[in-house]
Amino acid sequence: MASRNSDPTQEPVPSALKILIAGGFGAGKTTMVGSVSEINPLSTEELMTEASRGVDDLSGVEAKSTTTVALDFGRITINPQLVLYLFGTPGQDRFWFMWEELSEGALGAIVIADTRRLETCFAAVDFFERRGLPFVVAVNHFEGSHRYEQEEVRSALSLDPSVPVVIGDARERESSKAVLLCLINHVVSNVAA
Amino acid sequence: MQEHSEYGPDGASEEPLVRPYVIAQGRGRSDTVQLDMISVVIAAKRVEVDEMALEPEQLRILDLCRRPQSVAEVSAHLDIPVGVVKALLSDLLNRGLALARAPYTSKSPVNRDVLQAVLDGIQKL
Repeated sequence: MASRNSDPTQEPVPSALKILIAGGFGAGKTTMVGSVSEINPLSTEELMTEASRGVDDLSGVEAKSTTTVALDFGRITINPQLVLYLFGTPGQDRFWFMWEELSEGALGAIVIADTRRLETCFAAVDFFERRGLPFVVAVNHFEGSHRYEQEEVRSALSLDPSVPVVIGDARERESSKAVLLCLINHVVSNVAA
Repeated sequence: MQEHSEYGPDGASEEPLVRPYVIAQGRGRSDTVQLDMISVVIAAKRVEVDEMALEPEQLRILDLCRRPQSVAEVSAHLDIPVGVVKALLSDLLNRGLALARAPYTSKSPVNRDVLQAVLDGIQKL
């Protein structure tokens, strides 16, 4: 295998893996990232050019405007050779194009279902199903909202029986660990299948 | 960028945890190295840096990357958009001042050993 790293004092560069955390706006994506990340969640910004939706463009040339898409992410060092990044996906529908790039090479995804607005995660479920990316649904209960049972959520989201549904609290590290472990085990079973 | 497809027919890899380096050899063209958001970068050691030949941001990147950092982390820490970080890093890689390791991609699916390492790592959190 080719490598230019012939200097023995050069420390090894780890490889990275990523997991996506999706869900509607305010569902708890960054909260979950922060509960397990070894660093405070970081935010990176990318300038994107998008076609202007203005209706008074008389020039005949489609006006472009730039918009900033912010991505929150965290990091878990697995071992000196392996780093895992957790990326919260942009919640707004108009940033779907970002999802294509983000999901490329991802190990899997966690879809956070907000019990106050279950419908806000339909789009994410559809996207990962179409991409064939393994995912689990984490039901994040908010105080005062209806407490769904796993099967209710499965049925409401029309999930395939093989997709795990986990009830949890995105603020709690142990809960978020359990969701991550559930996802990796789901990925393992997909690899074995 | 190297493609990584050294997996045998049984899905086993000869090198479970180590990915090849992205090789960036300046050939007088404006080679753009394909960097991902999670390509991990480190400043090359024992290399003379001609500070006058670099952008100030590139010096900041080299300083930050004395420890391995992903493109996304460099962008967040230095408050530079991801696209700009990629361009600056691409130049550093072409000059041999930094090394980058490509992330796992769908063309090089992870194997059981890597997944087991991830499980162990998360359990230890």
